[in-house]
Amino acid sequence: MTKTISSARADFPILKTMVNDHPLVYLDNAATTQKPQSVIDALVDYYTHYNSNIHRGNHSLAALATQAHETTRGRVARFINAEHKHEIIFTRNTTESINLVAHSFGDTFVKEGDEVVVTQLEHHSNFVPWQLLCQRKGAHFRVVPFTPDGDLDLEVLDKLLGKRTRLLALNHVSNSLGTVNPLEIIIPLAHSRGIPVLVDAAQSVHHIEHDVRKLDADFYVFSGHKMYGPTGIGVLYGQEKWLEAMMPFLSGGEMIDQVTVDRTTFNQLPFKFEAGTPDIAGAIGLAAAIDYLEQFDAEELAVYEDDLLRYGIGQLGQVPGLILYGNPIRRSSILPFNLEGIQHYDVGVLLDAYGIAVRTGQHCTQPIMDRLGITGTVRASLALYNTREDIDALVQGLKRVLKMLKR
Amino acid sequence: MSTILEIENELIEAFGLLDSWEEKYDYLIELGQELPAMDPAQKTDSNLVKGCQSSVWLAVECQDGRLCFQADSDSLVVKGMVAVLNKVFNHQPAGEVLESDLRFFESLGLWRHLSSQRGNGLTAMVSHLKQAAARCLGQAEALPATNPQEE
Repeated sequence: MTKTISSARADFPILKTMVNDHPLVYLDNAATTQKPQSVIDALVDYYTHYNSNIHRGNHSLAALATQAHETTRGRVARFINAEHKHEIIFTRNTTESINLVAHSFGDTFVKEGDEVVVTQLEHHSNFVPWQLLCQRKGAHFRVVPFTPDGDLDLEVLDKLLGKRTRLLALNHVSNSLGTVNPLEIIIPLAHSRGIPVLVDAAQSVHHIEHDVRKLDADFYVFSGHKMYGPTGIGVLYGQEKWLEAMMPFLSGGEMIDQVTVDRTTFNQLPFKFEAGTPDIAGAIGLAAAIDYLEQFDAEELAVYEDDLLRYGIGQLGQVPGLILYGNPIRRSSILPFNLEGIQHYDVGVLLDAYGIAVRTGQHCTQPIMDRLGITGTVRASLALYNTREDIDALVQGLKRVLKMLKR
Repeated sequence: MSTILEIENELIEAFGLLDSWEEKYDYLIELGQELPAMDPAQKTDSNLVKGCQSSVWLAVECQDGRLCFQADSDSLVVKGMVAVLNKVFNHQPAGEVLESDLRFFESLGLWRHLSSQRGNGLTAMVSHLKQAAARCLGQAEALPATNPQEE
């Protein structure tokens, strides 16, 4: 039996917190989500009962920890429908996953005069590593712009995917505008020209479709903490053919096969890319988060979140002088706005006085802010435990903020 | 004129009469709106103290050993903090500015809250004032440069 969405809120103990004498209204989910009790329990259970270093220990606890860690890898593989368990590489976060590919794939496949294509909708984490790679290699860094509505300009994308393009890197959902990029069009287009695609799924994996084989992503990266799991654990999915061809990123323990004074040979996948002791507890917590998420009916959840977003857009429209940014064909979970003539920082600080947590500023997307000609936005971002009451509290809070600031 | 300590105590008393965060912010914003306007010609790039999320302009001069400054911000909350700094430090002897600490901000009930937000540039603002005070006293090398992490 699937779990009802209305029961979710009670699973997150932090949501009962009072902030500045008001009940917490948590709308900063794109930065990090809160954790259900089951994830917290999994972490406590690991440290209480079977904490041990994995893989080479020959005692019982080491065997338990190793088994839990490797079971998690299988759990993640099933969650995103990867063909092989060894296509799942554990990292610290999305940023590290992208840097790993930018270095290892970049060193192997990107040469002087080649091109790497990204979009203007990217988080700096999926922008700067490619910019630096291009600088290192003497390659060309190409950026696909977005339209005034916040959709990618697919005509320009079509033109930029050329003979020398070695990789296209883009997000599924923009952390700043909430645009859902049409990967079902973009990935086949890139593949028809022999160009592999890296998908930054940090803002999408827990909200919308996340089947890597259906999407046909070559690389697919996300963080545990944005999908109800712990901080410190991230995932890089890479198709076996790419991961096999790539050189290691970090080197040291675990990732080696033989080390002699003359040379080192590397361990097999996935260990080739996992130097040093990994975040064992984080991986176990991530598996608990996936278990939690999969208790819900995926379609029901998508409808619920979509309905809540629409409700949010409608209600924010009632706030005098509110400017909502972007009107993309499809949007997910993100509400970016400003109040006319008011600094986004002031809105964030004063909402906090009412216990409402949002984020303000550039959201690590300066190219987007440049394009919109603004210094930043207020961003409310939704998760499965948010309700219409949270949106109402936000709207109420904004009206009070307006009263304080419009003298 | 009143000493730094006297002004601090007046402010602590005024904020102490207010119970909620809402009232404290309301008063802070009110103080900001009472701040004497900054000469637009002084709003230059070199006078810009950059925070992540809001901009503060600060023009400091040393007159007869006293620190004199004009300041403004595009954020009303930050402008309120500027007004507090203005009340406390403006036209005070540089040596006293240099010696004072900002612990009185804690007593306003806002410090923990605002100082942890690196976006507002409060720490950077104070650091600029202290450096100017040091220069005023001819101790330009006495203080380390602003830590960019704090801005």
